[in-house]
Amino acid sequence: MSAPTDIFPTAEQASSRNYEVVPKTAPDGSPLEGDLLEVSMGPQHPSTHGVFRMDVVLDGETVVKLKPVFGYLHRNHEKIAENVTYLGSMPYTDRLDYFCSLTNNWAYALSVEKLAGLQVPERAEYIRIITAELTRLLNHTCLAGFLLQDMGALGTPLMYAFREREKVLDLFESLTGARMMCNYMRFGGCRVDLPVGWLEGAKQVVTNYSRFLDEFEALLSGNEILMARTQGVGKLTRELAINASITGPMLRASGVDYDIRKVDKYGIYDRFKFRVPLGDHGDVYDRYMIRILEMRESLKILEPALRDIPVGPIVDPKAKLRAFKPKAGEAYGRIEAPKGELGFYLISDGGPNPYRYRVRPPSFINLTILEDMCLGRPVADVVVILGSVDIVLGEVDR
Amino acid sequence: METLEQIKSRAEAAVPGAKLVIVRNDASSAQHSLLMDNEYAFAVAKFLRDDPQLCLDYCSNVTGVDWPEAELSEKVKIKKLVDGVEKEVEEVRKTKRPGYLEVVYHLYSMALKHGPVVMRLRTANRTDQVHVPSLTPLWRGAEFQEREAFDLYGIIFDGHPDLRRILMWDGFKDFPMRKDYVEPDDYEYEPTPHDDVLEKAKARRAEEATI
Repeated sequence: MSAPTDIFPTAEQASSRNYEVVPKTAPDGSPLEGDLLEVSMGPQHPSTHGVFRMDVVLDGETVVKLKPVFGYLHRNHEKIAENVTYLGSMPYTDRLDYFCSLTNNWAYALSVEKLAGLQVPERAEYIRIITAELTRLLNHTCLAGFLLQDMGALGTPLMYAFREREKVLDLFESLTGARMMCNYMRFGGCRVDLPVGWLEGAKQVVTNYSRFLDEFEALLSGNEILMARTQGVGKLTRELAINASITGPMLRASGVDYDIRKVDKYGIYDRFKFRVPLGDHGDVYDRYMIRILEMRESLKILEPALRDIPVGPIVDPKAKLRAFKPKAGEAYGRIEAPKGELGFYLISDGGPNPYRYRVRPPSFINLTILEDMCLGRPVADVVVILGSVDIVLGEVDR
Repeated sequence: METLEQIKSRAEAAVPGAKLVIVRNDASSAQHSLLMDNEYAFAVAKFLRDDPQLCLDYCSNVTGVDWPEAELSEKVKIKKLVDGVEKEVEEVRKTKRPGYLEVVYHLYSMALKHGPVVMRLRTANRTDQVHVPSLTPLWRGAEFQEREAFDLYGIIFDGHPDLRRILMWDGFKDFPMRKDYVEPDDYEYEPTPHDDVLEKAKARRAEEATI
């Protein structure tokens, strides 16, 4: 690979960049019909949840072709991580899915622990489960709020969701010092122990949460407009969902019983009793409902976890903070993040930096079948379907 | 789940001509992988997906890895005659590794809930023969991830339905995840020559003039 030949690109070179994604002709080479309309939705539109663009071809109001375009937020996270130490990219994982920094931390820590063979003490495992389930609560709550916002219920549901999110963020702030960019997990444990009185505060939030969910559901789940806009929209079949590597609530809404918390039993998830809610139809309404039900299951994990958390060390004494060099090899670790399977694939060559550092981003891969779900639907449904996929562009673009 | 040795022998029996190599992994994760030859990779992958005992219907992770040409040194203990006495002496043996690009697939089974089976494909070199067969026709989930490997590593997937750049823009020429990628002097869309940007550009131009 050689650098460009001239110091700066000429105007000609700059203008030769090709942004065309939708072809100007039909697949058989004939010119497009006059009434087909090419619309570029985004990237600066609130309904795209960030800088995300869809090139849509419309026949009247019906979508006949849709290509997602992204990369506007690309900063090559993987390359940056290959040039710093293992611990050095821990704060940077917060910025992947910036709603769920604690689960990002956990996925990365889990992969490094697999690579280096570290054990996590019992108390740290409990703290990890508690923070991860709280993260799931706030992610799913916000998603429901955003989905309703996308449907035109301006403000109210989103503000209800954000009111609850604030309570969880306050807990994170008193635990980690930061509301969103937590940087909390360490290889073989956690960074700091729980502050005094934190468990009581968390218990309070968890106890009140089911009441909030009841209120939220009473307002929304049976709402006529919500049902009209979501039922039968954006259907995803079971076979396609499996074949297209869809994970998370979206997969389970299509009726596939696959939850990595149950399958891999990472951490200490095998000690808790919870069920995996499944959908029947695989439409947007199912995806909304699965998330509400998953929050109720999360509460079932949180209550015993907050009650039974033992006293003890929070970090593996074998884990070294400085001069951490796992021996050569590779490992793939994954967890059930709120958006789906979040995995980290690491190759070590024995040095202080990872030789290869790969993030398996769930919302990036869940976008694969966006076109299949939108074809034949009116353009207004595209916004709702995209909202139900639950993407965060920090993770899609990396 | 079966061991990797069993999978290997069954796959070789099912696909005549296919040769698989098990790549050991010394890390404590002990996720060993199967290295496939490109000619039969598609048939073997199809076998892994459709075999009722394996049923690897879920292709979780697809990624590229860059292995540039390198000189590997390995410490070997050799028995040698030193001053008439046989002694064990450590010697450094050097081997040359040709450069290649690698694609790694992590396969799981959603039906039987096991995994992962790690699969590797390698290109012949890093310059002109960078082709591997695309597995998107088997697993739709590989579509965007193979595009990403094409975008960032320059691996060409034969048979991919829509092989375009995905994260970088279409006019971009280089492959930024390769180990020998050279950063541009300035990241601005319309670079303005000033301060250290200008110095960097001048230094590079002087360096190029000497070659």
